[in-house]
This record gives sequence, C-alpha cells and structure tokens, in this order.
Amino acid sequence: MCTGIVETAEMSGSGKGPQGWFKLEQVNVSYDHPSDAQLEHALNIDFVNPKEGPGARVAVELNPASARKLVDAILTALSRGQASTKQPTLSTVR
Amino acid sequence: MHPYTTDMYEGMLAETVTVEGYKGDVINAYFARPLGPGPFPGVVVIHHMPGWDELYREMTRKFAHHGYLALSPNIYYRFGHGSPEDVAAKVRGSGGVADDSVIGDAEGSLRLLKSLPLSNKKVGVFGTCSSGRQAFLAACRLKGFDAAVDCWGGRIVLSKEELTPKQPVSPIEYTKDLSCPLLGLFGEEDQNPTPQHVQLLEQELKKYGKMYEFHMYPKAGHGFFYYDRPAYRQEAAIDGWKKLFLFFERYLRAPS
Repeated sequence: MCTGIVETAEMSGSGKGPQGWFKLEQVNVSYDHPSDAQLEHALNIDFVNPKEGPGARVAVELNPASARKLVDAILTALSRGQASTKQPTLSTVR
Repeated sequence: MHPYTTDMYEGMLAETVTVEGYKGDVINAYFARPLGPGPFPGVVVIHHMPGWDELYREMTRKFAHHGYLALSPNIYYRFGHGSPEDVAAKVRGSGGVADDSVIGDAEGSLRLLKSLPLSNKKVGVFGTCSSGRQAFLAACRLKGFDAAVDCWGGRIVLSKEELTPKQPVSPIEYTKDLSCPLLGLFGEEDQNPTPQHVQLLEQELKKYGKMYEFHMYPKAGHGFFYYDRPAYRQEAAIDGWKKLFLFFERYLRAPS
C-alpha cells in the first residue's frame, strides 16, 4: 500500500460482476494507486462479497473531481427518492 | 551493459513453482532463470501493491535475462486467487499485507535460491513502491541478503499515527540492522516517499555507517519504471535499470 488509505463499510444490495449478479456485503473505498485509470492515485471503490472470493467485485477508479460528483449525485438522488416516496400519492389524497 | 553477445547460446526457463514462506505456508512463486549450469546469483523480486502481475513477471524475466535466478513470491497468496488486480483489490481493502508475512515469504525465497545447486550463494532483494519498502525491511530484518534495491519505497518513515497492526514499526527504525549494501532510486516529484523522507533515511544510514547509494531523479515522481503508467520517465528508467544492474553485478556476481 503506498498510501494505505482505505475505508470500509458493510453493504446490502446486489452487484454485477464478470460472472453476473452477486450479493454485496462490503464496500472498500481507497485512495491509492489504481489498476487501470491513468492516475498516480485514484479514488477506488470496490463493491465486494468476501465470501465469494476476490473475483466477486464491482470496481471503479475515479479521479477526485469525479468522485465528489458521484457523492453529490448519490446524495441528491437519494434525497429526491426518499422525499418522493414519503409524498402522499394521488390515490391516497383521494 | 549487455548480458550476452550475439554468438552465444542463450536460454531461459520461466514458470510458477512453490516455495515455503511465512509460518511454513507453501505459496506459489514465479521463477525465471537462465539455462546453463551457473553458478548464478539470485534475486528475490517482491511484487508491488498492484499485485503479482504481468509487469512483475516481466521484471522477473528481465533479471533472468541478465543472468540471475529470479524468484518472485506471491506475497498475496493467502488472500485467495483470481485475476492479479482482483486479488490486489482484496488486499488493498484489507489494509495491505502484514510486514511479518512478507518477511517470512522473503526469507523462504532467499533460502530456496541459496539452496539451488546452480546458485553462487549470493542473493539480492528488489522491490518497487510498497515492495521497495518491503525490500528494505527484508534487508534489515533478515540475515543473508548480499544487496538490496529499494525503488521509491514509500512509508519507510512513518509517524506513530500511521502505524497499524500489520505495519507496527516504522521501517526506518530498523536501519541499524541493515545487513547488506542498499541502492535507492527515487523521484524528486514523488509524494511518498518525498525527498524529505529520503533525506531522513539517508541520515540514518550515515549515522549507522551503512553502505548505500541513492539516486534522486529530477522530473520524475513515483513509479518511473512503469512504462504502462503516466508516471513513466524514459530517461530516468533507463538510467535506473543501468545503475541497478551495475549495483547487483558488483555485490552479487563479483567474487568475494
């Protein structure tokens, strides 16, 4: 590890890897050398299921600006989605 | 410097083998060696953080091409198998590989190389990036290496806050135990290790009267050997390889 910077969190959901869909259990977010992105350091996100081996992984490697845009986009979509599901629907108003 | 002339026979064998590593675990390793009776010096090629990958197989063969028995242990063996980048991602997510584990694997690799009938009984250790650090650690914590090459190894100088259960000691603390000459290749624009980190290490080496040779390349950062990355710096890479082989020739090939 050249920076050793990694944050992990438990996850619940599904991810699509090379072998198809699998159950997600964890996300590892690191700021370190990427494998493919042409950057010295990238914000790397690995959605994984450790029980299914190293190949059970959905990976992205982002430059820092893209990573911040992703955070904003997730928070915005999440807020809108959660707000809309709390709104009374037409059928309940009637 | 050319390792061969156009009129000579040349051959190489490169394959995966097994080696006894940390705690007696049998791990896999990539072994490349020149054909012929030898005797040949050896190099333990510790792979970098992005994994036991194609680049490291190429570098292992490069050492063999230059007349070395080159053994690259899979220090990520215990994390499972898959594509090198998937395994490396797993290691990255787990906070890296433990220093003790790498030292154990390096020790087993050293022992195997020295035991071979075609060995000249001299073995060096080489690494880049995280494995530059591990090469330095191995040269300090183990007896038996005859030369060590640290290419831009970061995290050799660690603050107390940066220590982890897997990396419990700042490697610079081991400088007094360095058991062989050390070659260091660094880039002036590197952020880890910074030129200040390199200076601190150099001060420790001087303090303990260790044999070392450091080269700091201008207009180069981290990983300037990696031709597939934007960090590649052709001039520095060519010069670095040249210095590296001169160094290994001096300490591993010359009769003692």
